[in-house]
Amino acid sequence: MAHEETVYEALDHAHSDEGHWAFGTGFDEPLAGVDTTVPDGVDPAALGEYCLMLGDDALILAQRLTQWVTASPELEEEVAVANVALDHLGQARLLLARAGSVGVLGRSRSLATDSIPDEDALAYFRDADEFRCTALVTAPNGDFAQTMVRLLVASTVRLAVFARLRESRDPVLAAIAAKGVHELAYHRDHAARWLLRLGDGTEESHRRAQAGVDAVWPLLADVFTPTDVERRLTGAGVAVDPASTRDEVHDVLTQVLERATLTAPAWPADAPPRGRLGEHGPELAELLGPLQGLARQHPAATW
Amino acid sequence: MSVVTAVDPWAVAATVTDPELPTLTLADLGVLRDVRVEDDGTVVVEITPTYTGCPAMGVMRADLVHALHRAGFGDVEVRTVLAPAWSTDWISDEGRRKLAAGGIAPPGKAPVRAAGPVPLNLGPTRRTASCPVCGSADTEELSEFGATACKALRRCRSCREPFEHVKEI
Repeated sequence: MAHEETVYEALDHAHSDEGHWAFGTGFDEPLAGVDTTVPDGVDPAALGEYCLMLGDDALILAQRLTQWVTASPELEEEVAVANVALDHLGQARLLLARAGSVGVLGRSRSLATDSIPDEDALAYFRDADEFRCTALVTAPNGDFAQTMVRLLVASTVRLAVFARLRESRDPVLAAIAAKGVHELAYHRDHAARWLLRLGDGTEESHRRAQAGVDAVWPLLADVFTPTDVERRLTGAGVAVDPASTRDEVHDVLTQVLERATLTAPAWPADAPPRGRLGEHGPELAELLGPLQGLARQHPAATW
Repeated sequence: MSVVTAVDPWAVAATVTDPELPTLTLADLGVLRDVRVEDDGTVVVEITPTYTGCPAMGVMRADLVHALHRAGFGDVEVRTVLAPAWSTDWISDEGRRKLAAGGIAPPGKAPVRAAGPVPLNLGPTRRTASCPVCGSADTEELSEFGATACKALRRCRSCREPFEHVKEI
């Protein structure tokens, strides 16, 4: 029997008694069999909120990166950007599934059914004001140089958080972080090497890289300000206070910019959290339109 | 349903191949972590993803269930294990031999995973890989990312053949 026949037959066999949710990979539950018990003394609602913050950062950055597919400067880079996006999408699926496992589903609750997995309900059926990502990932791509600057900054910030999150008292978060650290370090170094090429390249590439740095740096303003949820969960040994990562992020970014002959703009003053509380510019709703449109036109569609 | 004891469920699960690297089994890759029969006869299979976003997990899961059903096992449960995270060091010698035979350079030793901040690597990647076609060690990296999350693209400077390399993780 051909391998392909086995695969499709097996997929069909796995769901012989129900339709397939049409817009996700409903045949593959990302947390299937993982112990999702909440550790003692941890508020499940807060844990779920925190998973939305980390999961939405990954989902939205993945969606931004995929906007380069068919438009990248070279084929190898198109494959690279798609791979980076896929890693983030994988992290998003696990984190949103973790949020769903503790009952945090927001307005998507009525749609999370046996046939629509929690992470798909959260991705497709929440409005922009229910997303908990920061402006660092929601901001439009700009040109390729600016995209690489944002990837560098976003990976550096996330890597610093994930490296600490490996010690989380929530074993699911700790495991997601331990795996994510390797992926994020690879993305960060890839983006950093692009910055070196562009910054220390031609006059035009330098100009564009510097403009990208100038555009992205202000987005750091609310990245290091903890929300109440992050403060409480940090106290409980579950989350990472983003303020504790500031110096490390600053050091890494400074090293890269120096080597790339680029000038670091003034570090922005800490601002109160906005994106983490659901306050976003119109660019997030615009991005969610194409991401969510089809699933919303045909809710609960199966094939 | 009665418990099948004549067939070793590990041996059955170990025949299931990777959807992206069909010459390798999930056991060769170190993706298959455990197979056991519970008291009630349920076969519990544990697998771990190579990369967080690996899109092949669903097919692996379905293939495992299918293979065990065909071997006569009734209730089969495939569980995901997230920790410890998969490492290319878990690819068996047999798996490495099959990779090379299929024109894919096997990974070297995975980097040591230390606690604390991950140091920045701004130089060219230090990875080395011998050409799976002519055996030359004189190869260069074309791209850090390949057709699947687990591979990079390289080229042999001796025979000029491009090839894929399973990157160390």
